[in-house]
Amino acid sequence: MEQVLTIKQESKVLEVTENVLVIKSLYKSFGENHVLADFNLELRKGENVAVLGKSGSGKSVLIKCIIGLLVPDTGSINVLGRNIEELSIHEMDELRTKIGFLFQSNALYDSMTVRENLEFPLRRHWIKLSAGERDKKVMEVLTNVGLAHTVDMMPVELSGGMRKRIALARTLILDPEIILYDEPTTGLDPITGKGISTLIKEMGEKYNTSALIISHDMSCIRATADRIVMLIDGRCYAGGTYEELRENKDPKVKQFFE
Amino acid sequence: MPLPPTWQQFLDEAGGLSRFTGRFFSQGFKPRYEITELLRQCYIIGYKSLPLVGLTGFIMGLVLTMQLRPSLISYGAESQLPAMVGIAVVREIGPVITALIFAGKIGSSIGAELGSMKVTEQIDAMEVSGTNPFKYLVVTRVMAATLMLPVLVILSDAISLYGSYLGINIKGVISMDLYFKQVFDALSFDDFVPAFIKTYFFGFAVGMVGCFKGFNSSKGTEGVGRSANSAVVVSSVLIFILDLLAVQITDILGLN
Repeated sequence: MEQVLTIKQESKVLEVTENVLVIKSLYKSFGENHVLADFNLELRKGENVAVLGKSGSGKSVLIKCIIGLLVPDTGSINVLGRNIEELSIHEMDELRTKIGFLFQSNALYDSMTVRENLEFPLRRHWIKLSAGERDKKVMEVLTNVGLAHTVDMMPVELSGGMRKRIALARTLILDPEIILYDEPTTGLDPITGKGISTLIKEMGEKYNTSALIISHDMSCIRATADRIVMLIDGRCYAGGTYEELRENKDPKVKQFFE
Repeated sequence: MPLPPTWQQFLDEAGGLSRFTGRFFSQGFKPRYEITELLRQCYIIGYKSLPLVGLTGFIMGLVLTMQLRPSLISYGAESQLPAMVGIAVVREIGPVITALIFAGKIGSSIGAELGSMKVTEQIDAMEVSGTNPFKYLVVTRVMAATLMLPVLVILSDAISLYGSYLGINIKGVISMDLYFKQVFDALSFDDFVPAFIKTYFFGFAVGMVGCFKGFNSSKGTEGVGRSANSAVVVSSVLIFILDLLAVQITDILGLN
């Protein structure tokens, strides 16, 4: 009996550590508009999952619920073993340091230089770092995204693709365990978009992160995702690898691959 | 019977501003304290406003003197010019005009800055990075505005009185010692203190309205412009309302 209990406990621990993100029966409405209705998702450690859906289907609402910018109506979101609805503001802020968020608009602080943008989270959360260590960390992530030379430039002096890379560098600076990407290639030309997709894949492997990628850009999804979840009518309509979904005969799924 | 839309909008705004102010008092005095950002804001809001406030104060004192002189001459009371200008500047014109200039410069700049941060998701970015944007952006700016306006008013009053001294000397002769002796002889403790205290409230109103408008900005770049504009309008009106209240309170307390 005791052995069974231990096995059960072990399997529970295993489940918690394997799934870095578990969403169960998530509902979110804005007035009469039911954006998310019984949405479920699991993200395993080291996995890249793409959420594919049309514009306005609720993809951005989903990741804003995960990071706590929006409060879901009902349902549960478990991030790194913790239910976010049970967390205090302070605990949520602590958890957020383990979650990176790449905004569609990049959201770089435009009154700060690239260095200050990257140092901002370090100064606030890794307060014991010396100035030299902070500088080393900044240069390390900037070198990884190939933009070490922009360290003293202002965001306004950078191109769209460069700004996206800097935003990714800022996302990586606290060594997050999960990264949420909101339309990472939207607004970029196909070549730059391809470069960003490659970078997302490379950085995921280098920093050993799990990623949830919100997009409707099929080339980005194909290049970055291990698994795709289709968000249609507010719920997880279909799921699988890119190849599996491409073979799916359902018209609602098929339209994305035509 | 439903309220007319303009009334409803006014009540929505007033309710929103009240809740925002309540949030300031509930969060503003709890750790973590953003001391570095507060000092930076004091530098931007206070020190960088000094040239504008100084210039307007100087012109205000000079013009007031030149306008008052003919009237006082006609009553044979030209010698009372330093006392009259001193009382007018210290009690009313200095605090109110400086607060209005401050609202124009700082209220609009806070509204536009936070508004543009809001529409470009920079405030959300701050929140998801584990930083409380309300404490970092709002509390620091409101406190800096509250602390800096009284200092600016004192400096503006001093520069204004100096402008008045030069104004008197354009068509007459008075030494600086005599001028300031006449000014301070005419002023009492009851003139300084209420005027000084109300400037804290003016500064608080300018900071709070600017942050409220910017923090709740919407509708893209058009919304940013609207936030900046309405921050100035609402805080200017609030300055006059607070001034009216201050006069009533000092009257009740017998300080007039």
